[in-house]
Amino acid sequence: MVEPATVAPAPGGDAPAPRRRRRRLSAERREQLTGFLFSLPGLALLVFFLLVPFLLAIGLSFTNQRLASPIPLRFEGLTNYQETLSDQDFWKAFFNNVWFVLVVVPLQTAFALWLAVLVNQKLRGVTVYRAVYFTPVVVIMAVAATVWLLIYSPDRGLANAFLRVISFGALESEFLDSTTWALPSIMFMSIWQGVGFQMIVILAGLQEIPDELYEASSIDGATRWEQFRYVTLPMLRNTLIFVVTVTTILAFRLFDQIWVMTRGEPLGNTSTLMLEMVQVGFERQQIARASAIAVIFFVIVLTVTLVQRALIKEERY
Amino acid sequence: MAATDTTGAPEVTAPTREPLVKARWPKYLLLTLLAVFFLFPVMFMVVGAFKPDDKVLGEADSLLAFWPTDLTFENFGDAFERATFGRLFVNSTIIAVFVVGLGLIVNSLVGYSIARLPFPGARFVLIGIIALTIIPLEAVAIPLLFMVSELGWRNTYHVQILPFVANPLFMFLFYTFFLGVPKELEEAARIDGAGPVTTFVRVVAPLAKPVYATVGILSFLFIWGQLLWPVLVTTGTDVRPLPQGISIFTAQPPISWGDIMAFALMMTLPLLVVFVLFQRWFVQSVARSGLKG
Repeated sequence: MVEPATVAPAPGGDAPAPRRRRRRLSAERREQLTGFLFSLPGLALLVFFLLVPFLLAIGLSFTNQRLASPIPLRFEGLTNYQETLSDQDFWKAFFNNVWFVLVVVPLQTAFALWLAVLVNQKLRGVTVYRAVYFTPVVVIMAVAATVWLLIYSPDRGLANAFLRVISFGALESEFLDSTTWALPSIMFMSIWQGVGFQMIVILAGLQEIPDELYEASSIDGATRWEQFRYVTLPMLRNTLIFVVTVTTILAFRLFDQIWVMTRGEPLGNTSTLMLEMVQVGFERQQIARASAIAVIFFVIVLTVTLVQRALIKEERY
Repeated sequence: MAATDTTGAPEVTAPTREPLVKARWPKYLLLTLLAVFFLFPVMFMVVGAFKPDDKVLGEADSLLAFWPTDLTFENFGDAFERATFGRLFVNSTIIAVFVVGLGLIVNSLVGYSIARLPFPGARFVLIGIIALTIIPLEAVAIPLLFMVSELGWRNTYHVQILPFVANPLFMFLFYTFFLGVPKELEEAARIDGAGPVTTFVRVVAPLAKPVYATVGILSFLFIWGQLLWPVLVTTGTDVRPLPQGISIFTAQPPISWGDIMAFALMMTLPLLVVFVLFQRWFVQSVARSGLKG
């Protein structure tokens, strides 16, 4: 801790001459060296596959770099940012993404909380229900999206069959083919697939709340709702903050279901920032411009995370 | 961790405060309706896997969708022959085994060394790790694609393994766990003459089983489902994993839904097995690993 740079790489007490006198120091140094060596593989991978590409994204976003191209590298200043920010497709993807986050994060968290409370009841067989609600998470997104593709089929699908039955034939939808309903349909199946995970995390939080609190409050005459409002919610505070933060980041990364189900159609109504980035950087091979999108994406995620942290100050017990 | 305290702990402690007369069936009705909501697409997939293509599509809009009207196993053969399921399954397995295995070792070592063997600058590294948790790999996918293309790494296994091994969130989970382990245990091991490696492997790591379980399951779930990265870095079927296989399936008409359902079912099974085996354990380990925040 005291003398940073010098200690870590230096092979502690290996020098043979003053061995006896440096014995105690070298033991400490050897421990530090071990710690450093323990960390080395993980940190090296982290630097190479996360930090370097991240810095590279910033660097490349100011150039004209393309994927596998002989054109010499040129500094382009803010051109990529200007082009991106004046691009209709980018803004459409951006607003779809924001809309998705604003709808899915609160709905999914509330639904997960409700489910967690339900499966935390002392009922026989409740663990089976718990497992069942988690099953869609195990059916990974690419598979779930494929199955829902058929469920959402306008003329052959189960979704329309269900709507017709409950409305006596009055309701039906084009779902993924409709400019209005495509994104909501994807939101719905995303919540179906992902909510079990949040449920498990919240459930873990619920099980840590001491039973005495409920007993004490019921002696004081608290109703079920009052217990939930004044015992459960405050005790779950940190868990819920964690769930909301993680769900938000995951929701911004929205890609798999879009890729399988719509590829951004109809008319870009389901495109997202990730899809836009893949289309620009991979399909059109414009690495530099996609890097600019990546930087913008990161700034958005960072801002949202920081704003969330500022709004809800975490209380640690 | 001892199986004894995971099995009964939450159920036994609190006595039911419910009056016994109060009917339970409305609760079960609600729970069951929700179960139907979560299971119907899964059942649709399972049943569809055992039906001929035209029946899957033709009966998709009625309750027959959940009944194996014309039982056949042909779809499974087709998935192997036409969609090279076997090859893709092997690819996914190789990738997952290395990502999960290496990840458990590498991330726990980082967490442990920062918590217990702090080298100069360890604090700074910890702050860096926390900061990196908000950069999703997807955000750096394009520059990373550029890097690995320059290195000539596309269409290999290692390009699908190495970027996913180190994970800042997992490092942080291990760090918080190891920080809470009583120091006396390690000191006792040291006095007995164990070196840091032995101490870690024999004494400390076994205590962290719940964290290893959680991280293992999470990273398996994540890597088995990874779609974006393989889309970018693989072209042929040689090293392509399963999720990309199924996404190509639906993009190329004519779509044979029976084959797709069989493919989907077979690629879901390993996760289902892992989950069913460990599900009871999983809730407890999420609680203990500190994942809940």
